Amino acid sequence: MELLIALAIGVLFTVGVYLILSKSLLRILLGTTLMTHGVHLLLLTMAGLKTGAAPLLGEKAEAYVDPLPQALILTSIVISFGVTAFYIVLAYRAYRSAGTDDVEGIKEERQ
Amino acid sequence: MPLLHVTVLVPFLLALLIALMTRRAPTLHRGWLVIPGPLALFIYFLTRIPVVRGGDAGYDTISWIPSLGIDLVFHLDGLSLLFTLLITGMGTLVVIYSIYYLDRRKEELTPFYIYLLLFMGAMLGVVLSDNLMVLYGFWELTSVSSFLLIAFWHRRQKSRYGAQKSMLITVFGGLAMFAGFLMLYVMTGTFSIREIWSEVGDISGHMLFIPAMLLILLGAFTKSAQFPFHIWLPDAMEAPTPVSAYLHSATMVKAGLYLVARFSPIFAGQHEWFWIVSGVGLITLIYGSIQAMKQTDLKALLAYSTISQLGLIMGLLGMGSAAAFYTGEESVFYTAATTAALFHLINHAIFKGSLFMVVGIVDHETNTRDLRKLGGLISLMPVTFTLAMIGSFSMAGLPPFAGFLSKEMFFTAVLNIRQLDIFSIPALFTLFPLIAWIASIFTFAYSMILVFNTFFGKYQPEKLDKKPHEAPFGLLLPPLLLAVLSLVFGFIPNILSDSLIIPAMNAIHPIMQLAEPFEVNIHFWHGWTPEVWMTLGVVVLGIVVYRLYGRWSIVDKEWGRNLTLNDVYDGGIRLVEQLSRRLTGAYMTGSMRHYLMYIFSFLIVAIGGTMLYTDGITLGTSDYAPISFFEVIVVAVMLTGALAIPFTRSRIAAILFTGMVGYMVTLLFVLFRAPDLALTQMIVEVVSVALFLLCFRHLPKLKREPVKLRSRLPKLLISIGIGITMTLVALAALGSSPFESISSYYVENSYTLGGGKNIVNVLLVDFRGFDTMFEITVLGVASLAIYSMIKLQLEAGNSTGVVK
Repeated sequence: MELLIALAIGVLFTVGVYLILSKSLLRILLGTTLMTHGVHLLLLTMAGLKTGAAPLLGEKAEAYVDPLPQALILTSIVISFGVTAFYIVLAYRAYRSAGTDDVEGIKEERQ
Repeated sequence: MPLLHVTVLVPFLLALLIALMTRRAPTLHRGWLVIPGPLALFIYFLTRIPVVRGGDAGYDTISWIPSLGIDLVFHLDGLSLLFTLLITGMGTLVVIYSIYYLDRRKEELTPFYIYLLLFMGAMLGVVLSDNLMVLYGFWELTSVSSFLLIAFWHRRQKSRYGAQKSMLITVFGGLAMFAGFLMLYVMTGTFSIREIWSEVGDISGHMLFIPAMLLILLGAFTKSAQFPFHIWLPDAMEAPTPVSAYLHSATMVKAGLYLVARFSPIFAGQHEWFWIVSGVGLITLIYGSIQAMKQTDLKALLAYSTISQLGLIMGLLGMGSAAAFYTGEESVFYTAATTAALFHLINHAIFKGSLFMVVGIVDHETNTRDLRKLGGLISLMPVTFTLAMIGSFSMAGLPPFAGFLSKEMFFTAVLNIRQLDIFSIPALFTLFPLIAWIASIFTFAYSMILVFNTFFGKYQPEKLDKKPHEAPFGLLLPPLLLAVLSLVFGFIPNILSDSLIIPAMNAIHPIMQLAEPFEVNIHFWHGWTPEVWMTLGVVVLGIVVYRLYGRWSIVDKEWGRNLTLNDVYDGGIRLVEQLSRRLTGAYMTGSMRHYLMYIFSFLIVAIGGTMLYTDGITLGTSDYAPISFFEVIVVAVMLTGALAIPFTRSRIAAILFTGMVGYMVTLLFVLFRAPDLALTQMIVEVVSVALFLLCFRHLPKLKREPVKLRSRLPKLLISIGIGITMTLVALAALGSSPFESISSYYVENSYTLGGGKNIVNVLLVDFRGFDTMFEITVLGVASLAIYSMIKLQLEAGNSTGVVK
């Protein structure tokens, strides 16, 4: 399973980086979202997958999965959401004032 | 505080005083306030002569940075004493001269004297320091203050050019010297020159010994304007003449000579030292003397003459180091070169100082220094002429002036060196007297040009824009004193040998001093020795060259139109500027994508390279979790969504595909037993997709990215590279943790300590509550930022920034 997820992480990063290297702001934002997903899956995978029950003590299981990466990912999800929301509005504003969503175009506008 | 420290402090305090006195007594020439300082120091150092002669070399220490071994250790031995007397004595005369030279009403005198005093203090620090770091500090201060003095008339472009050039070259050498000092420290563990000397036997075979020597020599050669670093000196002639007389003839340019003499006990005895110091000195000697012939500007002529004479002294110091190869009688034989070097050092300071002052007077009275405009001034300025003649004849090496004696001693030294039998190529040593002799002929010729082309010949009043007349007494006094000294030392040189030269010799050749005391006896007449014939030859051939100079009018020829060292320097500076501009322009394109490509490529190389290099790539371990059909489907759907995004051209589709990836990740969280993650991810995904849809309604349609493979290939390669790297990182992280997880602690204590059964939640708010607090802050900041970004618009004419 871990091998499969590792490959999936690789694909998510590939597509994410490919999108980030494009010109359109929308594609760049989508690329960062994909890379965020990749990072979260990477964190989860690194602790080992399916090694026990969900980390709820009521389960009374023999073993539980590692709760620490889950807490870290939860924090990360919220932070990346905040940042993404900010970027979306920033992109919107940038388009309104520069008249283009082409990052190279915005650069030329400024010069 | 020990007196030596006070002497170094005096100029700095005086500079401070001058600065504070700016507004007081505006009618007083600042120079009168300065004079007592150097004069008192000069008298003080004169009174130290008997003490130093008695061999009493005490070290005065004030603790500065003891933890680094850097203390203010000052030490007055014969060599230092010689230089302190030059610095303070010439300093006094130059200040007197400057009082009459610089007009109180036209020049900004306060900065001038502050710079001059800074320089004087720094120079005293250089020659008195025993600690290498302190020496280096004062060394750089001489560079900086000399920079300020050269650019004193900073509104002239040439002054700024000259100052910058001298700064670049001397600081380059200074830094090299600093590196050399650090190497000495690495070898010996001390910054003290005397302690390094006592350890010299242990370190002379060290790997860093020769590099340290070369770097220190680089510092000495740049400061003392040795070939090919001499190019800054002629351009430094843009400084006011008192500065040229002081810095660029008597003191600063001799700092390099001081350094060579000071380090002679450490490095002499190395073949490299002998060859480099004497070789560079002789090359500089002959090069400078030939260049001086071509100059039409009097100060430029004197600048090249200074270069040439510095080369002479440097060469003599190199030849004197041959004494270290021998012991006893033979050794003393070669120290004659060191005696000559020290004697000429004093003589040169005297005659070159007076010549600069004389040229300053001529400039002052005629408004030009151009040899082609000057002539026939003898009847108008008889005193100036006399002074110029004494200085020039001393420089040319004619009796009865002191320069004659040092020239004879120079010839003795170069003739002696032929007997050096430790090298396998004795034929090379016949070159030494030859070079010395030819250079002396040119020296004679340009000395004659200096006097006769200025004061004899045709008087051309139409070329001068003011009517020249004799200078005021104040201007004439300092060169007059120097000329008298030149005569006194010419007739009774032995007052110098006993008081100054022998103690200085003891400092340069400390080992031999122990064996037998030096005896220096400078005689006026030795009988019909080869030196006398050489001098006669110099005079005869010098006159011939001078005649030819007039006949061929060498000056008017287009000399140096071909490649000169200045062109190399200017071209080098320009080339460096162009190259760095082109280099920066080549990679700082301003395009975000290029920068991202650099960053990603670096990541691939750094992480992938490290993993390859350390065998960190692991592909399979046995304890992987089993794969179920359902999970394969979820992953397949997720990857399909991700891979579809780059191919779609519709905004809505791209956003929805991203959403699809997010929901599949949510499903994976469910499958991997993370209920809280799944909940949060679900909600965040819904809101994000909604936000995307909301905002991108306003954005234009997606443009098609360039189809050509050639433009997309780098992008593709980099992203695939990152993907592979991250996959490898994920696999490597799985198989190779050397430590137990700490999670068992949380599992065991979540209920007993945190009072909750949901371990993840207890972690978030209890065990690691700080993370959560600041994550809340992040969200708060983001929402405030979004609000203000929408509401506030700073535009021209809308100072409140609020959209109405």
